[in-house]
Amino acid sequence: MSTYRQGEFHSFKAAGIDYLYLAPSAAVFALEGPARSIIDLLDDRELSGEEIIRELAPQGYSVAEIAEALDELQQSHAIVRDNPVAPPPLQLPQQPFPLQTLVLNVTNQCNLSCQYCYEYGEDRIAAPEGKTRFMSQETAHRAVDFLLEQSPGRRVVHLTFFGGETLLNFKVVKSTIEYARKRAAEAGKYIDFSLTTNATLLTSEIIDFLAENHVGVTISIDGPKEYNDRFRVFPGGKGSYDVIAPKIKELLRARRSRPIGARVTLTSQVVDVKRIFRHLIEEMGFDEVGFAPVTTSPARLYAINSKGLDTVLEQFTELADEYLDHALRDELFGFSNVSDTLQEIHNGVSKAYPCGAGLGLLGVSPSGDIGLCHRFVDSPAGALGHIETGIDRRRQSEFLRRGHINNKYDCQTCWARPLCSGGCYHEAYVRYGDTSHANLHYCDWIRGWSDVCLRIYGEIAARNPGFLDRFDERKAI
Amino acid sequence: MKYLKAINRKARRLEEFIISEYGDVHALQQPPPQQRPHYPMGCSLVFSPGWETDSAGGTAGLCQPVERDLYDCYISCFWPAQVPDHLNNYPDWTSKCASATKDWRNIDLVFP
Repeated sequence: MSTYRQGEFHSFKAAGIDYLYLAPSAAVFALEGPARSIIDLLDDRELSGEEIIRELAPQGYSVAEIAEALDELQQSHAIVRDNPVAPPPLQLPQQPFPLQTLVLNVTNQCNLSCQYCYEYGEDRIAAPEGKTRFMSQETAHRAVDFLLEQSPGRRVVHLTFFGGETLLNFKVVKSTIEYARKRAAEAGKYIDFSLTTNATLLTSEIIDFLAENHVGVTISIDGPKEYNDRFRVFPGGKGSYDVIAPKIKELLRARRSRPIGARVTLTSQVVDVKRIFRHLIEEMGFDEVGFAPVTTSPARLYAINSKGLDTVLEQFTELADEYLDHALRDELFGFSNVSDTLQEIHNGVSKAYPCGAGLGLLGVSPSGDIGLCHRFVDSPAGALGHIETGIDRRRQSEFLRRGHINNKYDCQTCWARPLCSGGCYHEAYVRYGDTSHANLHYCDWIRGWSDVCLRIYGEIAARNPGFLDRFDERKAI
Repeated sequence: MKYLKAINRKARRLEEFIISEYGDVHALQQPPPQQRPHYPMGCSLVFSPGWETDSAGGTAGLCQPVERDLYDCYISCFWPAQVPDHLNNYPDWTSKCASATKDWRNIDLVFP
């Protein structure tokens, strides 16, 4: 006898409405009338159409209504009949894939000595020995040409400056922005710029240049002084907060068009998300704050254990609720971990890859070597060629084949895989020695956080749907 | 759809697809006919009394034209048949042949 059972989804409730988040399509549907009753009925069991009709008849639904709801649920794969739904085929992206973003590590040197740093800390994977430590102007300009050549069909491309400490090589940053503007105009493209810095070397001259050139700036800062100075210290051990705070305030005063964000690294000793958020938004004046747990092997003292992650999730949830309150009043709330996830939920992003690394985004080392992303430059694990000789297509294909979500066995039964797709390659490499390994130490966290964001999304969709229009533009990877 | 309300953009796309694929949903509608494998007529996979020769050894009494066999080999059979290479060199070989049983005379001649 032909039977129905539940398909793959995560159900959640918000604003009194029952929703389904379907995997792997990433569609969000609200359930009404008999559809909701059918989903409840099929919880942990399989029933035939006749049995479903018999069970639901007392609820007052006609046979026609139940049959219609069954059709709709089956066609959207919320329920399945008999044979399992075939998984989507493994399709590798077309090659060559046009570049969108190039991250230039203009230096691998830094004037701070943050203990947890993946570039210099105990879990470093880069091996830049014997190579130049500062990107030359020629290499940087050649990288711009490379980006413009390798981005056929894209009108807008992005250039990001990274380090080490980016501003140690500000001269090259400045000349590269001028060169890139000129070359992009010749190529009929628009190029935009962003930069990450620890803010220690900001000067009025640099601040003016960044504001005039609409350079998006991200500041690495871990919150108020007592948190920031735990790890973000100069080589002698002195904390960096007192140096950077006035400079950041000056930078924030000078900003014109692009928002300035703070990027916080959470460690076992720094998990007070709410306090950090308030300090950076209300006291410092940042537009946005994003948090990420430190990338490290679990043995380090600063690694966040699962209890620490629970604390982080609790505080994220409280901040997400504040985001919701603001969204219902049509106000922005600069908690980028929420807005980024809502953007993906709204567009129904279902990722074959966790990010654009090795695909639309590449990192370039000071010597011009190409890496999967800025975290993999000069690392044998993520080497992908050189800007003079081009992308190593064989290595790239192999990386993309292995990193595809269909090849991550652990992810195949997880409803959050459209959003997560196994997580950061660098994190996976540091933890498991394999870029294509799923980040299993995060799974509960990711599912918990995805559920929180889905509920926020469901509330906004029901109570202030106009707010979601701002997410219509899909942020390309 | 009536009982599933599309909320995000992906759900709306899925809904559009479902409506285009299954038509708008009507109460008590039958499930869409199951897609079955297509067996080419005249192929050895099925019993087809018209295959190659008639009972007298000629082609006059076939229940369908011999060209129909040829055409089926071309369109759907896995067996390599003596038909022009329609993927690369002769993509328009059958462009004038809308229906094999009626228009088989219009199949182009090919001189490799």
